[in-house]
Amino acid sequence: MKSSLTAVLALAFVVGCTKNENEIVVGEYGSLTGGMATFGVSTHKGIQLAFDEINDKGGIKSKKIKLITLDDQGKDTEVASVVTKLITQHKAVAILGEVASGLSKVAAPIAQQNKVPMITPSSTNPEVTKLGEYIFRVCFIDPFQGFVMAKFASENLKAKKAAIFRDVKNDYSVGLADVFAAEFKKMGGEIVIDTAYQQNDIDFKAQLTQIKSKTPDVIFVPGYYTEVGLIAKQAKELALTAPLLGGDGWDSPKLNEIGKDAINGNYFSNHYTTESTDPATIEFVTKFKAKYNEVPDGLAALGYDAARILAAAMERTTELTPSNIRDEIAKTKEFIGATGKITINEERNAVKSAVVVQVENENRKYVTTVSP
Amino acid sequence: MRSKIRAPLLALLIVNVLVMLLGFFTDAYVQLNILFIVVNVLMALSLNLVNGFTGQFSLGHAGFMAVGAYTAVFFVTKIYFAPGLLGLFLIGIYSIAGGLLAALAGYLVGLPSLRLRGDYLAIVTLGFGEIIRVVLLNMEFLGGPRGIAGIPPIPSIQIGSFEISSFYVAFFYASSWAVVCFFSLWRLCYSQYGLSFLGVREDEIAAEAMGVPTTKVKVRAFVLSSFFAGVAGSLMAHFTSYISPASFSFLLSVNAVIMVVLGGMGSLTGSILAAAIITVLPEALRPLQEITGVDLRMVIYALALVLIMIIRPTGLFGDREWPEIWRSWKTTRNLKKQTAAQKQSQSARSSS
Repeated sequence: MKSSLTAVLALAFVVGCTKNENEIVVGEYGSLTGGMATFGVSTHKGIQLAFDEINDKGGIKSKKIKLITLDDQGKDTEVASVVTKLITQHKAVAILGEVASGLSKVAAPIAQQNKVPMITPSSTNPEVTKLGEYIFRVCFIDPFQGFVMAKFASENLKAKKAAIFRDVKNDYSVGLADVFAAEFKKMGGEIVIDTAYQQNDIDFKAQLTQIKSKTPDVIFVPGYYTEVGLIAKQAKELALTAPLLGGDGWDSPKLNEIGKDAINGNYFSNHYTTESTDPATIEFVTKFKAKYNEVPDGLAALGYDAARILAAAMERTTELTPSNIRDEIAKTKEFIGATGKITINEERNAVKSAVVVQVENENRKYVTTVSP
Repeated sequence: MRSKIRAPLLALLIVNVLVMLLGFFTDAYVQLNILFIVVNVLMALSLNLVNGFTGQFSLGHAGFMAVGAYTAVFFVTKIYFAPGLLGLFLIGIYSIAGGLLAALAGYLVGLPSLRLRGDYLAIVTLGFGEIIRVVLLNMEFLGGPRGIAGIPPIPSIQIGSFEISSFYVAFFYASSWAVVCFFSLWRLCYSQYGLSFLGVREDEIAAEAMGVPTTKVKVRAFVLSSFFAGVAGSLMAHFTSYISPASFSFLLSVNAVIMVVLGGMGSLTGSILAAAIITVLPEALRPLQEITGVDLRMVIYALALVLIMIIRPTGLFGDREWPEIWRSWKTTRNLKKQTAAQKQSQSARSSS
């Protein structure tokens, strides 16, 4: 009775998958539609680029990688069902995915239970990789971004008073804000006001007026691009001149579309910048532009790195089984990726540096690199 | 007494034997979706009591599910949990606790707001759902916006050397709740007492004039509905193993309403069918995306809903139940046969 159940077509909605011996099936799940679609699509482009490249060079152990991408619409029940499908029906040997940490947390126990390695390209919430020894990430974790911006604010901008304007509904935003507050205080700064908004809010003037009355040197807004764009615009209308600081949630061309010129001059931490002089980054940017005719954002770069770390691990294994792949991913050291040198530590998190960039219209001007 | 519990037990047995047989041929993906169907069945049935039978438009179902889910998860993760049979027993107790707390919430919300009607009630319940979510967002010990991860799944049970897998236990557990919910609602709605629900739906003033305590009736329907919504929430938490306030957004309430409307307001069997359709349809359309590479899934899903509502504006079953529909379908078929036979004999006679 134990679930040694054969995968046979039983219901109308089951599509069997023919397993090809010359293919390695890798599953990807992401929000290709829905509110966070730009994240999912960017990541997918990065992953696709990496695998196409590897397949063009002959694949891994003369087998081609077959990437199966399923849309989860950013909903948690969909994630559970999609990841289960990738593992049980498509027999994926490894899973790549999800940008949003909340959704990675739904997928992680499923991957762990089935003993299939999962690499999340850009879920920065610390708890994700704690869910099991099969769960990895190639990005830094939230506390680190909070730390980076706190350090940048106090050392580079010489700020003494900071305001925090967080998205209370969003665990990413809350995670960054909490760490920023703690670290900034440790560095001798003062948090003059800690106020909140919610996703899909349109009007921020009440909170911004409140912030203005406290005259902070910097305002930390660790939100996503839509609201940040509007906040920047309204801050300018209120003649609030303190620079806005943020995290990688800002990273989207939409930020400029919404924020117009009001967003210029503000800073955010990111996984990488296209302006970097690192040869690996330059190579990635060139390839990406050639394939998609657009400038890759950080999520695309992370998707690319996640896919390549997985491929490198698969190349090192003696036999391509999920548990072997897991062991090899864990051994990743000083991997030269598009987002810098990546080492996977014992907690299965990536140890790497972050960059701080300044928004300058469509450009992201490189300001400094902050190391852990 | 014995005859009263025979039908539910029989239903439980049949459903479980069917799924057990199905279990041999399916994988975890199909099984997970079967579990989601049961959760949605519970959700749709319980909402139908309020929206269908009592005719009150509630949009706060997700809020009650959240109360149930968070209560059960709080007990499981923070108080005590054990594997095996004891675990199943504990989950049962915690689900009931979740349901009771949701029922309490239903009572507190219902008592003042059920004096309102129609659109006003919809707005109040909608507001309640949002309040629950915002409260949860700000409760740090329940994870706040980060939610609670690592909720244990329903345990597998070891009997001697024989192990019943987690899926079967989960299905048995969930379907037991569905059966309990279905039969208690069925017996309630089609009893003499149940007429007062229908009375409130059809004409509140007339019902009041006939001595039906309308507000009390509405509150009772609301409390019972909230109880089962809470249970459904606790089941969902175990099946996804992670909950956050975002899981219980307004969209979940809307989804529940869609199921009720699609199945037919005031048809319990219709709700079951609709819940199954709403769960399966988006997944069934997934291969289409894999083959064509274009994501037409949601377009077709929405289109299908629109078409069904145009073709059958009262929902699939209207306000009738399956046995009745089956009988009337058979009768019309027989009638058609008879008239056809008559015509034939008539034409045969006239030609001769």
